[in-house]
Amino acid sequence: MTALLDVKGLHAAYGETKVLHGLDFAVQQGGVTALLGANGAGKTTTLRAICGMVRTQGAIVLGGKHIEGMATEDIVRLGVAHVPDGRGTFMELTVEENMRLGAYTRPAREATADFDRMFGYFPRLKERFRQQAGTLSGGEQQMLAISRALLLRPKLLLLDEPSFGLAPLIVKEIFGIMRRIKDEEGVSILLVEQNATIALAFADHAYLLETGRIVISGPASDISKDESIRRSYLGY
Amino acid sequence: MRASWLIAILVLIAAIWPVATFSGYHLFQLTMVVVYAIAILGLAILTGINGQISLGHGAFYAIGAYTTAILMASWDVPYWVTLPVSAVVCAGVGFLVGLPALRLGGLYLALTTFALAVAIPQVLKHKAFETWTGGVQGLVIDKPEAPFDLPLTSDQWLYLFSLFVGVIMYALAVNLTQGRIGRAMRAVRDHAVAAEAMGINLAMLKTRTFAVSAMYTGVAGSLGAIAVAFVAPDSFSVFLSITFFVGLVAGGAASIGGTIIGAIFIEFVPNLADKVSKAAPGAVYGVILIVMMFLMPKGAGGFVADMWRKLVKAGGR
Amino acid sequence: MEGFIHQVISGIATGGIYASVALALVMIYQATHHVNFAQGEMATFSTYITLTLINIGLPYWVAFLGAVAISFVIGVAIERLLMRPVANAPVLTSVGVFVGLLLIVNSVTGWMFDYTIKQFPSPFSGKPMLGGFLSGHELGSTGVTLAVLISVYLFFKHTRLGLAMRAAAFNPVSSRLVGVRVGWMLALGWGLAAAIGSVAGCMVAPIVFLDPNMMSGILLYAFAGALLGGIDSPLGAVLGGFMVGVIENLGGAYVVGTELKLTLALIIIISVLTLKPSGLMGRKVYSRV
Repeated sequence: MTALLDVKGLHAAYGETKVLHGLDFAVQQGGVTALLGANGAGKTTTLRAICGMVRTQGAIVLGGKHIEGMATEDIVRLGVAHVPDGRGTFMELTVEENMRLGAYTRPAREATADFDRMFGYFPRLKERFRQQAGTLSGGEQQMLAISRALLLRPKLLLLDEPSFGLAPLIVKEIFGIMRRIKDEEGVSILLVEQNATIALAFADHAYLLETGRIVISGPASDISKDESIRRSYLGY
Repeated sequence: MRASWLIAILVLIAAIWPVATFSGYHLFQLTMVVVYAIAILGLAILTGINGQISLGHGAFYAIGAYTTAILMASWDVPYWVTLPVSAVVCAGVGFLVGLPALRLGGLYLALTTFALAVAIPQVLKHKAFETWTGGVQGLVIDKPEAPFDLPLTSDQWLYLFSLFVGVIMYALAVNLTQGRIGRAMRAVRDHAVAAEAMGINLAMLKTRTFAVSAMYTGVAGSLGAIAVAFVAPDSFSVFLSITFFVGLVAGGAASIGGTIIGAIFIEFVPNLADKVSKAAPGAVYGVILIVMMFLMPKGAGGFVADMWRKLVKAGGR
Repeated sequence: MEGFIHQVISGIATGGIYASVALALVMIYQATHHVNFAQGEMATFSTYITLTLINIGLPYWVAFLGAVAISFVIGVAIERLLMRPVANAPVLTSVGVFVGLLLIVNSVTGWMFDYTIKQFPSPFSGKPMLGGFLSGHELGSTGVTLAVLISVYLFFKHTRLGLAMRAAAFNPVSSRLVGVRVGWMLALGWGLAAAIGSVAGCMVAPIVFLDPNMMSGILLYAFAGALLGGIDSPLGAVLGGFMVGVIENLGGAYVVGTELKLTLALIIIISVLTLKPSGLMGRKVYSRV
């Protein structure tokens, strides 16, 4: 396997406050990589850094191309889809308009065909198609956010805490569908999660972040088996 | 203690030197500087200290001016008695105008006051008030003579009188803004929510500040009317309000001393620019505004704070 | 009764002009949370451009469309050069820049086209129409403004670009994440607002005559309309604009007289802010802290 995303020595800061202190990590082609860690460890910032939403130093290479310092819009157009924390729903627009925006960078005809595939994954979006997105439940908004990201036809999907604020049953449902999506869409995934159990079950490689540094990395299965890591870092 | 002596000496120089050396017209210009300074001081209390924006203080200036003119022309009230009256009138109007807009964000106040400034000449021209306001023609009033047989010309006396009023107004402003109320005003400007949590009644404080601010500019209007000895609706167009706003920004919104610089600016720059073309004063004002905003995107206060931070940082190394 | 109907209809005719300026204001407000105090001045400048194009011999509609295009470009340029740097600045800064822009555009207009009052042609006949209720110009200009408003609606509702512009206004962060170039969307919004202003200027100039301060009163009515309808609701702003036109005409005819029409706008503004600050169709307004 080759690395789709290769990050070396990534630093990031909000104004004067440094959040990331030299991260090295990679996402393999067709793989799922998880970034784990407590609140404030810098997981969300890492995703934002990849998308050019914060000031960064260090190298971010996507499929052999340096993307650090590029504008968010241009990074997105290279095939990086980001499901942000809080889901980034366009509350005032309809579900349909949200989905059209997901496919904004692609020809309209192609997009409409893709809508049906999204309905295949998330039938509920079809029922809610004409509804204002702000009226959707949290789980439905998460589904919408994932569809919006997939409609970009991305190479790399960045998922920021898809389980946040959702009932366990719905989390299970969404991750079940994510497995299908990974296989059928052929997309590589970088997943940020606080819920380590579910993330490690989904990912094949994982990194553990603590206050802006990577403290442990390895295959997801190894990490989930390691008693001491689980006790000291993942807290279950 | 030393600073207050310095100010006293400066005021004394400001009183004696122009009276001794300046000719009538230049003295009149200085009188207008004092008048504008008071008007801008009103805005500075509002915008600089309390963080609210008015684009309509020309209206309060107009109301002050008309109060004085009407009292003098219709009822022969002595000119100096009209000042407290117009102070009360303008504070009242300011309170009423401020009340609805202040509950909302700064932009709404800017909008409402802008509307007030655009509408005021029409009101002043209106037939219903013509017996008092003189309609489109306006009112001519008598220039006051120096009292007690002082050996001063009317212009000299007027300058000294304005300066006297100005000193009082500035002293009051310094007192107000450096005391407890001033702290509350600044707290509201910087952290409205926190200030409210500390027990400051936001709407009341903001509305009262607006009233005080309108009062200052109204008194300036009264003095201006006495100095010019004439009021007419078209001298109080929206451009006057914008002029005050420019004076405020040029002097630095949050500084009381800066209001004098702003006043000098709006008294002399248009005169100079007017010689170039009729369009020049507006263009100069516009450019000044935008340049100031670009150099100090956080406002004058933020500019000073940034500079301070840089200094501290440089010193720390 | 006939007089009353006449006042209402001609109020709708002027209301259309307020509605389009109000729409231009709201478009920029929605996207940036700034109010463009220079909107009226920019529209006046555009009207002068039309007059200049007519004077060099172009047919009216060519000149009209030419001015709309030029105004669009000017609007885009202003956003790129002047507004971009202060996009996230506090209210005082943005008000300062907008007032500065107002002064500069006003001066440039006066300097380029002088301050004398000029006549401006109407492409429509001056004959009374609709049984004498409206002049040909009033009818024609109402048609033009309605056409503009409807096309703007269709553009925003049914085109990809329009959707992207709305998205950029509502949620710039998410918009970037789907590849929308938010900066350009704002610039386009400015261009569109300037173009709409240009149309409004050309429609009003034959009635009020053209001088550099032509739009300052109209801007006030547009403010009133935008507030009445809800400053963050484009549809509300349009309806508010029409309502202000009717209120202004009826009030002018039956209540306050024509000399106090501007004061009527002030009263509308203050009443809306006091009684229903969010306007008729807007969302609730929270002051930002």
